[in-house]
Amino acid sequence: MSTLIKQDLLGELLATTGTGFTTVRAAGKEAFQAQGFPTNKSEEYKFTAITKKIEQSIQNFAPAAAFELTAEQVKDNVFEGFEGDVLVFANGHFQPALSSKINEVEVSILTEKTDLAVGSIAKPEKDPFCALNQNSFEGGIFISVPKKAQVQKPILFLNFYKANAGQVIQPRVWIEAGDFAEVTFINHSVNLSDSPYFVNKVVEVKGGLNSQIRFYKLQNEGKNAIEVSNIETDIQKDGRFTSVNISLSGEMVRNNLSLNILGSNSEGNMYGLYLLNGKSHVDNHTNVDHTVPHCESNELYKGILTDSSRGVFNGKIFVRQDAQKTNAFQQNNNILLSEDAVVNTKPQLEIWADDVKCSHGCTTGQLDEEALFYLQARGIGKLQAKGLLLYAVAGEVLEHITDESFREYCIAKVQERLGSNF
Amino acid sequence: MLTIKNLHASIEGTPILRGINLEVKAGEVHAIMGPNGSGKSTLASVLAGREEYEVTEGEVIFQNKDLLELSPEDRAREGVFLAFQYPVEIPGVSSTNFLRTAVNQVREYRGEEALDAVKFLTMMKEKMKLVEMDQKLLSRSLNEGFSGGEKKRNEIFQMAMLAPTLSILDETDSGLDIDALRIVSNGVNQLKSKDNATIVVTHYQRLLDYIVPDYVHVLYNGRIVKSGTKELALELEEKGYDWIKEEVDSKATV
Repeated sequence: MSTLIKQDLLGELLATTGTGFTTVRAAGKEAFQAQGFPTNKSEEYKFTAITKKIEQSIQNFAPAAAFELTAEQVKDNVFEGFEGDVLVFANGHFQPALSSKINEVEVSILTEKTDLAVGSIAKPEKDPFCALNQNSFEGGIFISVPKKAQVQKPILFLNFYKANAGQVIQPRVWIEAGDFAEVTFINHSVNLSDSPYFVNKVVEVKGGLNSQIRFYKLQNEGKNAIEVSNIETDIQKDGRFTSVNISLSGEMVRNNLSLNILGSNSEGNMYGLYLLNGKSHVDNHTNVDHTVPHCESNELYKGILTDSSRGVFNGKIFVRQDAQKTNAFQQNNNILLSEDAVVNTKPQLEIWADDVKCSHGCTTGQLDEEALFYLQARGIGKLQAKGLLLYAVAGEVLEHITDESFREYCIAKVQERLGSNF
Repeated sequence: MLTIKNLHASIEGTPILRGINLEVKAGEVHAIMGPNGSGKSTLASVLAGREEYEVTEGEVIFQNKDLLELSPEDRAREGVFLAFQYPVEIPGVSSTNFLRTAVNQVREYRGEEALDAVKFLTMMKEKMKLVEMDQKLLSRSLNEGFSGGEKKRNEIFQMAMLAPTLSILDETDSGLDIDALRIVSNGVNQLKSKDNATIVVTHYQRLLDYIVPDYVHVLYNGRIVKSGTKELALELEEKGYDWIKEEVDSKATV
């Protein structure tokens, strides 16, 4: 049965090849056909039956076309007090007329260039959805931060999604930061439709020597979003990349985040928070590959789950034989507030070097009743006491967001959820 | 102020309190003593509203209100304060933020205006002096990494901030060295007035040299078996609890 539907999916999705990138797309197609859609037997998608979910929820596999947006809609969805630049996308298609002109930074539609190697960082062989995107992405955006540019103000990607005739949205982002460049990106998505849609996004980030890149992502699209995102970066010598991923809702979300540490004295940080209720399902698969000595990676993912929501965490750390003096830390903590909430957590460390410091830990527990009583005994109402305790968990992740207006926005959203009945 | 009548309570079906009667009036200090396992801490917990304990019989009237009907937070807002035997460490919740939330929720319940940041800080600085609290402690997470003495001082500091009508000190002296004990007791004594009352739960008489009780009650097997004045505490210190146990047990067999 499954094969039949899969053939339909394949046919429609692989048939829609956007403009340009003939060779790149062909490679994507080949890699996809070699892997196929993940089944319940695929190790990497064991706990996330995304294929089944897509089959059930998506009727029309044609690409969702770009649509008209107003300046008003853009304004309404920018965080209060946000002082950065805004790039607007409608179903993954860049809307230059509604977007800021950014000083020093080149922003353009993704087109073929000789020195642009789409698919060289997020390799299509590693993940079927990454391959699928490479075959059939629509539009696409190219962002280049020149050497030594210090982009002070954050750049906000404001993604508007709306299922129209088609329900599949495949955005593609290429970011490159020159040597010594510094830049912060914020990803925020807004859902404008009631019908389900499937977003399959790929972001490739090419960092320069000593570059500092921060990439924040807030997922709060609502109950009918099915999303797979592949974010992958190459970190060069003395460079630093920090990701903060906040998931507040979603029907089924799979985040693949991969950091390739390619130059010494560099650092990769991955922070994540998932706050799930209803039947939301969020799966974070992270991967950090230490290939050279004297580097550091830090990872902290925290989850708070209630109702019959499901969280998956899989954290891979590779320390290759040459990567001596590596410091790699990983932590995943979960709080389950209901009987039916489930978390599957799996740290996966492969260490081939012998002079390294690596640690990992994962915990899954309930809210500390003794602490709750202590707060209540001081006059704090039960709901608020619960909110304080849960916020203590969430806050550790949110404090890694450096942009104040975005941090405050996330804090307010999280507190709103934690202070209510979730 | 507080009337406990025939209070029975159990935990997981095991009866711990088997008929407590106690009357506490404004301005009084009552000490509750007794051997380990006699139910002292259970009594404190039941009064504060800890949910694990089930009250099977009896009533507790606090300032004309049925205390047992109230949630733990409402008991605190009505003016009951429990200084914990083991104050809980809560990582990630700042002491200052916690206290401000608590103080303002209590004020709101009492129909008073919330304190703004400036007024709150002024009040905090003033009350900190009472128990010689180091301000650095308050910028840390609640009780996290505090020494035993610091935790107990923090309890009394919170008590000062919340200005309760009835304070219940559960083994506040346990684990304190003499200097810390003096500081803690000094704080409690300064907070004493003709309008509030204190129940001191303790195993040892030592604390009562510093916080002098008007009445001393001995709890044994879930009942108050003997009441007296502070001299009773001295007698217990000297003779231990065995003579009381014998007295009670022999009566029971008769």
